[in-house]
Amino acid sequence: MEYLIRFAQVHESFRQPEIQALADLAGIDLEFVYYDKYSPFCVIRVPDEAAARTLIARSILAKDIFELWGYGTNLDEVHADVRRRTTEARWADFQTDSFRFTVDSFAGKRSNDKKREIIQSFSFLGFQGPIRMKSPDQDFWVLEDYGWDVAATDAAAATPEGRSSTPILRPVPEGQEPKRIWFGRWLANSSRDVINKYDLKKRRYISTTSMDAELTLITANMAHAAPGKLFYDPFVGTGSFLVAMGHFGALNFGSDIDGRSFRGKEMIERGGTMGVLANFQQYEIVGQFLDVFSSDLTNTPLRAQPFLDGIVCDPPYGVREGLRVLGRREGLRNEEVIIDGVPAHLRPGYIAPKKPYGFEAMQNDILDFAARTLVIGGRMCMWMPTANDEDLELDTPMHPNLEVLSVSVQPFYNWSRRLITYRRLPEGQVSDVSKGRSRLDSEGVYADQLNSFRKKYFTKNPQYDNKEPRSGSATPAP
Amino acid sequence: MKLLTANFLTCAVKGCRAAASSYPLHFKDAELELQEVDFQPEFIHNIIPRIDWEGLRVMANELGFPKIPDSKPEGDALNDEQTMRDLHRLLLETHVVEGRLCCGNCGHEYMIKEGIANFLLPSHLGKTKNSIVEIQVYADGFAL
Repeated sequence: MEYLIRFAQVHESFRQPEIQALADLAGIDLEFVYYDKYSPFCVIRVPDEAAARTLIARSILAKDIFELWGYGTNLDEVHADVRRRTTEARWADFQTDSFRFTVDSFAGKRSNDKKREIIQSFSFLGFQGPIRMKSPDQDFWVLEDYGWDVAATDAAAATPEGRSSTPILRPVPEGQEPKRIWFGRWLANSSRDVINKYDLKKRRYISTTSMDAELTLITANMAHAAPGKLFYDPFVGTGSFLVAMGHFGALNFGSDIDGRSFRGKEMIERGGTMGVLANFQQYEIVGQFLDVFSSDLTNTPLRAQPFLDGIVCDPPYGVREGLRVLGRREGLRNEEVIIDGVPAHLRPGYIAPKKPYGFEAMQNDILDFAARTLVIGGRMCMWMPTANDEDLELDTPMHPNLEVLSVSVQPFYNWSRRLITYRRLPEGQVSDVSKGRSRLDSEGVYADQLNSFRKKYFTKNPQYDNKEPRSGSATPAP
Repeated sequence: MKLLTANFLTCAVKGCRAAASSYPLHFKDAELELQEVDFQPEFIHNIIPRIDWEGLRVMANELGFPKIPDSKPEGDALNDEQTMRDLHRLLLETHVVEGRLCCGNCGHEYMIKEGIANFLLPSHLGKTKNSIVEIQVYADGFAL
């Protein structure tokens, strides 16, 4: 059977991967029949209505799902398609039910008179039941897509002046006819309203780098967070990911090199509740919270054996907060320090020294860690920033034991960040890593030397200002 | 820190990874607290196969919980509600709120304060080649 998903027109490159991840989680055989990144409407094929409902129930980027009754580029075609896809016997099933019709237009408008005319044109279905605008038994929708003015904007993007790969989209002028029309019976809503519940503005404990509710919930879906599973975030910060995964029933723990980030001011200064725990209490999911502790991924205390169902992380980009790992910068003395006859690190309040860390080294360490600790089939979702002039094709960090399932991009003005989803392969299977990111950090001991992303972020991109070929020397030495 | 978490932890010092005596870590001066949370049988069921049973027994004994079954529950035993509830209590409701976690190999002690453990190592125990030698020397000195 074919079903129509109505998506929110946001985070376009995350929409299909999210639905695919949910299908995999529920073991549903899914096929995309129609998808367009400029349209909220998507047609899929799944075995039955129950599968369609299951698929949509957890989705954050979908709004709702419909049983597809008809499709066409104009109403006559839709009517003909309804007669082809459904039988009069099927219509009779709903003959005495209360019902409602709604006309929904994307990127276009219809007057009320015109809407009524459209609804009346479906009178051949022969519904005799009462019309009820609130909670009807059957809810029918006419969904129209007028289409963004994409051709014009694509042309603009191709010109040298087109700075961004995201064109500005305009609704088509009034009075035009839609490009595509679908007719369907509404089945179920998604979990999109959950975003509001986890809104950062209403959360007790957050910081400048907390990720927004929508993206953390999407990440939790991609990572297959679900009841009975164990998840870990090695860069836990204020625990935004843990809360999202807790929402879906997984049990979570996290760590951070900076213990202040998860403790929070309340706990440090006033002996109050730990920040991350306070969030779990606020959402009444304390049972999904295990622990947080201070540790560093390069010297992790976690055992090198498969025990995690999933890892979710947004490693530091080294722009706002520097990349740090335990140790001292080379050239500085590195021996045990003794104060009053006691080794300094055994004294209360000891703070371990940290040194700048390479961006590529960190990503490789994360992949190695995931390969060691994920159970077979376990997933890792990792966020990663990229300067927009980097070669995207050759830029996904890979590991032979991890299969890259999806890469979704969230673009910003001159940089973007990507969510990469990996799956731990069974022993004996290896993924093709020849297309993976194989760069090494440049030599050096300071943050800018070690982190090419940071360097590019703070450097005016020459591509935007003149036509000179890019070269490493475009950046002044730090 | 819950006992479940502690079961997956070992010494963070690289040189201790290969040493059998670095696992499990040993609680010292542990102050325990019981914090009740919802019983989630599905989770207990999934996590038991991943638990290091010998490690759990050692830790539980050191903390004064003698009643741990000799062998890991398997098969039908995993459907026994009482066994699952006992393990839920031990793994998820028992917290170490204050104390230290010690490595049996190098002797390094990780502090636990207000339920939060600190596994950050001083720089001389970190990741450098000659640090392994340093650790040995350090461990000998510490044992005294």
